[in-house]
Amino acid sequence: MTHAPAILSGDRLALARLLTLVENDTPEGRETLDELFPHAGRAHLVGVTGSPGSGKSSLVNQIALHYRRAEEPKRVAIVAVDPSSPFTGGAVLGDRVRMRDLAGDPGVFIRSMATRGSLGGLAQATAGVVQVFDAAGFDMVLIETVGAGQAEVDIARLAHTTLVVEAPGMGDEIQAIKAGILEIADILVINKADHPGADNAERALKSMLDLAHPVARVFQHHGQVMSVSAPAAAPDPRLWIPPILRTIATEGVGIAGLVESIDMHAEHLRRSGDWSRRERARLESELDLMLTETLAAQFRAGLPDSRYDEVVDQLTKRTLSPWEAVRSLLNGRKP
Amino acid sequence: MAERKIRVLVAKPGLDGHDRGAKVVARALRDAGMEVIYTGLRQTPEMIAEAALQEDVDVVGLSVLSGAHMALVPRVLELLKANGQEKVRVFIGGIIPDEDVPELKKMGVSGIYGPGAPTEQIINDVRAAVKA
Repeated sequence: MTHAPAILSGDRLALARLLTLVENDTPEGRETLDELFPHAGRAHLVGVTGSPGSGKSSLVNQIALHYRRAEEPKRVAIVAVDPSSPFTGGAVLGDRVRMRDLAGDPGVFIRSMATRGSLGGLAQATAGVVQVFDAAGFDMVLIETVGAGQAEVDIARLAHTTLVVEAPGMGDEIQAIKAGILEIADILVINKADHPGADNAERALKSMLDLAHPVARVFQHHGQVMSVSAPAAAPDPRLWIPPILRTIATEGVGIAGLVESIDMHAEHLRRSGDWSRRERARLESELDLMLTETLAAQFRAGLPDSRYDEVVDQLTKRTLSPWEAVRSLLNGRKP
Repeated sequence: MAERKIRVLVAKPGLDGHDRGAKVVARALRDAGMEVIYTGLRQTPEMIAEAALQEDVDVVGLSVLSGAHMALVPRVLELLKANGQEKVRVFIGGIIPDEDVPELKKMGVSGIYGPGAPTEQIINDVRAAVKA
């Protein structure tokens, strides 16, 4: 018997223990995930990403509080990911420090995870952990990534709605047009909006959005008033243009507006059909990843260590290139 | 299957604001390859037990320098037990008078460390307690 019935009946200790089994990728954990799968797919998954120190944890704390204090409180699960040491595999997971307002509320469940070698801003098992919360009946799952720089964009695949949090002083407009993290934002948040530089940050983000979604505007150039008309084709009404919102998470400023935007985005996804499209894309990419890993593990299990070491030795001597090594291993021939 | 990581909750119950010791221990356990959930200052026993449950930790480390350990520690132990987490090992660090040590051990505390305790000893004790 698996943990599934206990999870579905709301047993918190069973939930916590299952999360460990899923995180450690045990056979028991996998079996329970199988059983819970049909019960998942209802929660609104919200990702929160951004650079270290931009205030992600404080913001998650405030968003969760807001949903808990609503007229119809939602049950909120939080998955907070912090990095593992590449040298020792250890980790200090400190996101709970900013979430003490949520203590004692049975409608909230916070789980910290270490990345355990994953590089995309999440841990390998984050999707599984999120699925467990979803099946356990949480209405919202807030997923906080590691402090992300430019390329940690796995969250956009997992979440329905992705918040990218910036603090003033993030850099100029060139940073804002680089590919990567800003592209995945469904909602852009300028946190610490009381710090100097908030106007500059907003201008940089706006200019990035204008490049993607041109609108009519009037501006001054060398003292002359110039106007730009909107492109002839009306913007697709199904298109979601990321709003730029200002917050001061430590004081709870701007949170009501942010939560409203999160709800509007969910509504938009459902109306436009993007909800199911994203769901499909996510399940497909998860399947892809699992298939790749399973095949690699199966192949490796059928390969004697001595043979593997032999190829690595040849790589080290540079008598074999990496691609030749792969071909040789797959063909099972002597290199 | 991935190796089983030791998960440790490091918490500071009570009202004193000195968390340097807790941070030193958190860092040392991290460097020993453990996953340390750090909760910060001024935690109530209820908050600590709740965090220990949600994080499904193997070990709880409490840092108490206020002198209130004889009130706080039994309460944490009691709540862990009430939550079904009687297997969680509890360690204490801080300023603990020698005469309180036997009483705390009797309650079920696995290890007690004062100022200057070598972090290697804490690491080894935690590993041994989790294995047992």
